[in-house]
Amino acid sequence: MRTRTLIGLATLALCTGAQAQKSAADGIAEYRKMLEDGNPAELFEAKGEALWSQKRGPKNASLEKCDLGQGPGVVKGAFVTLPRYFPDTQRVQDLESRLVTCMATLQGFDAAEIAKTPFGRGEMANVTALATWIAASSRGMRFNLPQGNAAERESYEVGKRAFFYRGGTHDFSCASCHGEEGKRIRLQDLPNLTKNPGDGIGFAAWPAYRVSNGQMWSMQLRLNDCFRQQRFPYPGFGSEVTIALATYMGVNAKGAESIAPAIKR
Amino acid sequence: MKKLRLLAGGTLAAALLAGCATGPSPAEMDAKANQLIKSSFRDQGIAKTDRLAQDLGQAACSSDKAPDDATADKIMAEALFTVKWPAGGQFIGDWRTGERLAQDGRGMTWTDNSTDPKSNGGNCYNCHQIDKKEISYGTIGPSLWNYGKNRGITDPAAPATAPIVQYTWVKLWNSKAYSACSNMPRFGHKGLLDEQQLRDIMALLLDPKSPVNQ
Repeated sequence: MRTRTLIGLATLALCTGAQAQKSAADGIAEYRKMLEDGNPAELFEAKGEALWSQKRGPKNASLEKCDLGQGPGVVKGAFVTLPRYFPDTQRVQDLESRLVTCMATLQGFDAAEIAKTPFGRGEMANVTALATWIAASSRGMRFNLPQGNAAERESYEVGKRAFFYRGGTHDFSCASCHGEEGKRIRLQDLPNLTKNPGDGIGFAAWPAYRVSNGQMWSMQLRLNDCFRQQRFPYPGFGSEVTIALATYMGVNAKGAESIAPAIKR
Repeated sequence: MKKLRLLAGGTLAAALLAGCATGPSPAEMDAKANQLIKSSFRDQGIAKTDRLAQDLGQAACSSDKAPDDATADKIMAEALFTVKWPAGGQFIGDWRTGERLAQDGRGMTWTDNSTDPKSNGGNCYNCHQIDKKEISYGTIGPSLWNYGKNRGITDPAAPATAPIVQYTWVKLWNSKAYSACSNMPRFGHKGLLDEQQLRDIMALLLDPKSPVNQ
């Protein structure tokens, strides 16, 4: 795996060096293609699938009765309809915050404790693995978030405002990088997230395996690191802003095919 | 008179419609969103929640619609007023240091340790093409290749070049002086780079010996 990654990176460097700008995105696409049949996200998928049916936590129960919006235990198709409103919590929830709700109510874990846990550690790593498997179960399906509920429409409106909210030391908002077509940071293409950016792009690609740091990144972590680079303060896990932004991106991505879990540089 | 009545009728109908609508008004949504944004973040390292407090320009440039002309003019006028000129009228530093700063995208995140400008980079290549030898550049801002050459700068100290030299200094100090909702950070005004660092980036752009102007 490691060698293959290194060869991939070397190829990428050659491609970009030789043909300069136009081929940078092609080179990256080619590189991703090469890694596709060996996406390490599969390891996290397998871990998530096992965790779903494993009896765990203070209540020694599985997550098999967890309702992700399609009825208790239904996993396929759930990912492409989240975030959505849940009557039991009376909140709009994204996949990860919903999983934490299920881990608390079904298995007896402390939800606040999980939300405080750093990404990649303890039960938070389990939430990421579960999200990876649940996303993979909707691979090839198209995003279609419900907006029938007033709370869901409100989440979209809050998300839109959060997306354009400028602040911090650098005056950045999400829109600074993701509000226009065809822009890049260095060689990294930036999807325009104010509309459907296309199949498997933006919201339709995460969770994703990051080759550059060997980590599995959930959407919550993706947003967290965007805010870090925006020079904003730290967004709480499952906070209103993160869920509203996911609603905004998810509704905008209506009709886009999910390729999650993807593989990224 | 007739026109006036029609207008009044229209306003009434709009008011009635708004009254019938079940959801919150746009202004209520703005207030709600602002409150939720504030409550969603916490301090982490040097990145404190006071960074969410917006000044006039940040607030006015926080939607998919540009601010009205009067607001934009006010933002630009206030921005221009903030500009501090370099000590001794020295605008040009060392382009080599400028290139290093342009390459460096670090600083001011919650994983950085200090808010001292000395620990910050300029982030320039993230958004701009500058020296053509660097192929890894962003496209959010315009290309700055041949920035000085294209503007006919052969001696940045010559009086005839003062308008361009000063324009460039203002752009780096507070980009909002020329474009109210510019995507570019306000490097001088927000204390992201110090005077000497700005001089060095000026040199990268304007010094005839800089690789940018070959």
